[in-house]
Amino acid sequence: MKFAIVVNEGPYTHQASDTALQFTKAALAKGHEVVRVFFYHDGVNNGTKLAIPPQDDRHIPNNWAKLGKDNQLDLVLCIAAAQRRGILDEKEAQRQGKDANNVIDGFRISGLGQLIEAGIAADRTITFGD
Amino acid sequence: MSEEMQQEADGRVKKFMYVNRKAPYGTIYALESLEVVLIGAAFDQDVSLAFIDDGVFQLVKNQNTTEIGVKNFSPAFRALGDYDVNKLFVDKESLDERGLGLDDLMELTWEDEDDDWEEKPSIHLVSRQEMKTILGNQDVILSF
Repeated sequence: MKFAIVVNEGPYTHQASDTALQFTKAALAKGHEVVRVFFYHDGVNNGTKLAIPPQDDRHIPNNWAKLGKDNQLDLVLCIAAAQRRGILDEKEAQRQGKDANNVIDGFRISGLGQLIEAGIAADRTITFGD
Repeated sequence: MSEEMQQEADGRVKKFMYVNRKAPYGTIYALESLEVVLIGAAFDQDVSLAFIDDGVFQLVKNQNTTEIGVKNFSPAFRALGDYDVNKLFVDKESLDERGLGLDDLMELTWEDEDDDWEEKPSIHLVSRQEMKTILGNQDVILSF
């Protein structure tokens, strides 16, 4: 089965991101396909490269980046939500004239169309939120 | 992956349902949910919106946000009819629980080109039971 995963909350404050990650891992382990993981609302904060959580606890952004890399996942941060919240990759920072960028390698920034497209392509779309 | 997906996406029509359960302005979910609907309209899918619990507040008429300095985005709901988004299901029990009625809500309409462009209401009051059936018939449910 093909899954589209939507993450609507940021790391740590809500369980949504953890649950989505565990679900994605489990789905892949069972041989399912995850066509895209789309991060919306505060979910875009899962893509920050600047998080420094306590050493004895999980590193959520890095865990997503690793899962994405190990399984060739398409991790997409919504551009509108990201701009609102100050999440910019190098290209966006240059485009907007900002002097810094903060997106981890492995996430890409794109439009809401990617969410709709994933919903059309997948057999099931699952949202993880509050 | 995206090119493949693009080809698969072309031509397929699915029932997309956007579920709204939160009031506007207190949190951003109402605004950002509407943004998905407006962008999603370009994909020509079979779109419905559900307003349940505090989500019904999103459709209340005469919203005035001047004093809180936040943009009043309720006028954007009026554009939905022009984008063929005309199935806005409002949970009746949610309205009752909040002391609201249909006449407290904005008059949202669409023009039916198959019926001499007659103006028809986009808001449909449904019972909780009916809402359950409607949700069960969807292909893609996006919850905000």
